[in-house]
Amino acid sequence: MTQMKNTPILLIENINKSFPGVHALNNVSMEIQKGDVHAIVGENGAGKSTLIKIISGAYVKDNGSIIFDGEELGDLSPVDCIAMGISTVHQELRLVEQLPVFENILLGAPIENKSIIGKTVNWKETRNVALKLIESMDIDIDVDMTVSELNIAKKQIVEICKALSRKAKLVIMDEPSATLTEKELKILFNIIKKLKEDGITTIYISHRLEEIFEIADRVTVMRDGQHIITDDVSKMDRKKLISYMVGREIENIFPPRKVNKGKVLLEIKNLSIPGVLNDINFNLRESEILGIAGLVGSGRTELARAIFGVDKIDSGGVYLRGDTKPIRNIQDAINKKMALMPEDRKKQGIIPDLSVGMNISLVGINKVIEKSFINSKTEKKLSEEFIKTLRIQTPKWDQLIKYLSGGNQQKCVLAKWLFVESDLIIFDEPTRGIDVGAKQEIYRLLTELAKQGKGIIMISSELSEIMGISHRILVMHDGRITGEVDPEKTTQEEIMHLATI
Amino acid sequence: MAKKSDQNSVSKGGFRRFITKSSQDYAIIYMLLGLFILLSLTANNFLTLNNMINVFRQSAIFGILAAGEFFVIISGMIDLSISSTAALAGIIFAMIIKAGGVALMPVAIVAGLLAGIIVGIINGLLVAKLEIPPFIATLGSFLYVRGIVYLSTGAYPIVSLPKEYNFIGRGFVSGVPFPVIIMAIIYVISIVLSEKKKIGRFFYAIGGNEEAAYLSGISSVKIKTLAYAVCGLMASVAGIILMSRLGSGQPNAAIGYEFEAIIAVVLGGVSFSGGKGKALNVLFGTLFIAMLVNGMTILNINPFAQQVIKGIVFILAIWNDVVRNKVSR
Repeated sequence: MTQMKNTPILLIENINKSFPGVHALNNVSMEIQKGDVHAIVGENGAGKSTLIKIISGAYVKDNGSIIFDGEELGDLSPVDCIAMGISTVHQELRLVEQLPVFENILLGAPIENKSIIGKTVNWKETRNVALKLIESMDIDIDVDMTVSELNIAKKQIVEICKALSRKAKLVIMDEPSATLTEKELKILFNIIKKLKEDGITTIYISHRLEEIFEIADRVTVMRDGQHIITDDVSKMDRKKLISYMVGREIENIFPPRKVNKGKVLLEIKNLSIPGVLNDINFNLRESEILGIAGLVGSGRTELARAIFGVDKIDSGGVYLRGDTKPIRNIQDAINKKMALMPEDRKKQGIIPDLSVGMNISLVGINKVIEKSFINSKTEKKLSEEFIKTLRIQTPKWDQLIKYLSGGNQQKCVLAKWLFVESDLIIFDEPTRGIDVGAKQEIYRLLTELAKQGKGIIMISSELSEIMGISHRILVMHDGRITGEVDPEKTTQEEIMHLATI
Repeated sequence: MAKKSDQNSVSKGGFRRFITKSSQDYAIIYMLLGLFILLSLTANNFLTLNNMINVFRQSAIFGILAAGEFFVIISGMIDLSISSTAALAGIIFAMIIKAGGVALMPVAIVAGLLAGIIVGIINGLLVAKLEIPPFIATLGSFLYVRGIVYLSTGAYPIVSLPKEYNFIGRGFVSGVPFPVIIMAIIYVISIVLSEKKKIGRFFYAIGGNEEAAYLSGISSVKIKTLAYAVCGLMASVAGIILMSRLGSGQPNAAIGYEFEAIIAVVLGGVSFSGGKGKALNVLFGTLFIAMLVNGMTILNINPFAQQVIKGIVFILAIWNDVVRNKVSR
């Protein structure tokens, strides 16, 4: 079954892990061959992140065994795992922003000299080692710059260099591409290829299937906490992979587009914030899905925040339904039935230690208040309606939201806004970090909401989804709108061109 | 061999899960029961009606302070100024009684409570509006409020007050100490406020994830200020009871009480990181400390050693909070 030419560097046998109410990993076994780029794919809640966290020491497994490079790993801490040669590049990077690049690369393990006063750091040598690592990556990063000055892609490369400086034998990349642009992704792939040449094994987690065909040697599919299949990428195709992931065949991921625009809902007039947004003008109509494309840093998120009244606007304004007065602040925006689905669900969307129901009723809490007291029965009834209609997978309405998978948390955040009948919803990267099945559901929801007459603004880095469901696309670059295109007629190249003008 | 290690990790996982689950809601109840049984068996005269009444009476002032601190901590902050606030409220109360006699009692109470609310609002504005870290801002208040107390009294106690006012701190209503009744009322209000009122939900939301709460239209300045105002109000209730119990207006009153209150809150399983914990468990935390101190005194443990033990209990409680946050992540 498996080729004998390679030896496994990682042998995982019968791993189980449970959280309250969730059996996150169910008897998972797999083999990862030395020197391979091994992709792990699966829907949200499939157990990928849990598995990775167990391998890297962040979680303790309930039972089962992991053999790494011939040695059985006990319940090690993340620090022990790094010492053994397992390094993880997390989605949320763990760099000290205020320190220069070279100090970050050798953070915690700088080159030291012995002297009379004990060990002292040899900064020159430390810098040299870091410089060599960066140079070997063949990328232009100044090792003396502070990390905070780098963009996300470069930070990720610094993180990889950090892993290499610890003589990593296995580098785990947890959705490294989620925040990267196409160009930056190419650089990352070149680095992964270099690692492979040096005999370093990579575990690559991603939701973007195209990437797996481009970079991986072998792929493992997980579903519902179970190992489904591991095989050579060359023996797989996209359709097969998706059907393994969702357990059924998926025909067309985007629902049919129906354009039936209503009255003007939102008007943005000469909106400017110095250095951030520059003279933004556009309209949004009822039942319209307006896509906003652009690279990371083009001002898309800032635009969303400005529309929602989060950040102070310098000049111009946001007007709803022909109002003469602009939106003043968040409360005003919410009262006028506007909603924002923020890009960072964990940091900006959910209250982790409140229940699913309490998260859903957070904005519309007045609806569950009777005679000035919260009525738990009403709260249960109303939130359970949304759990049902949005198909939120949770054992009960008062389960803490932090135990839900990302896609389900996302749906709770949406439920929070539907709870107050928002009719203009801004989605900032609604499908970031969620899998094909959940994505398809989000697309279906977006289309459904538009059909009900709601106005939708969708910001996304994924051109395919912007082109797949928007009725109209605005492209941003450098805080300006550089063009408007018709998704039926445009091409990815045209959008990329406008995004880099 | 492999089998054996499997079993080990099973039991370890199981134990961790037990800690995680139980410490969320019930740990303090088990601890309180355990301590109660231990002291009943080892300390003579512990399990008597009189002594039990004593434990409750001793816990009343700390319990009320802890209830106030609870609201600030679930909102993700801390208030170090409550002992000074309690002293201020007590002094104001004593001064008005001294000047106008028992007839002015209602005025004295209202003035004392108002003082606490004002200190609380100032704390809230320092933290929420000026964005000074809560620890530092309330450390400043701890100093200046005590300073005001000393300034206004010249650091002399206010003595020869009418006897009637002692009832608040020393009276009994059908066998139950009056301060215990006030504490019970305060806890009923706290439970309702935290679990059944909108403002309580918003305290948890701000403490659990301020940014998400803000993006849901919850004004963090307003909510944080309210949390401090509630805390200041409760501190002044405790301060008035304390003055009445001491029988005179003591400028040095309540020094160090903020730590007792914070220990009680943390023992009650309220997380220092904000956003979780239950008011009723804070009451149990208070009773645990009161029972521990009472038991140690009956057992004739050196009062200085008692302080060492209290410190260790505090550190253990905090450590439990840290471990819990780690495991549930």
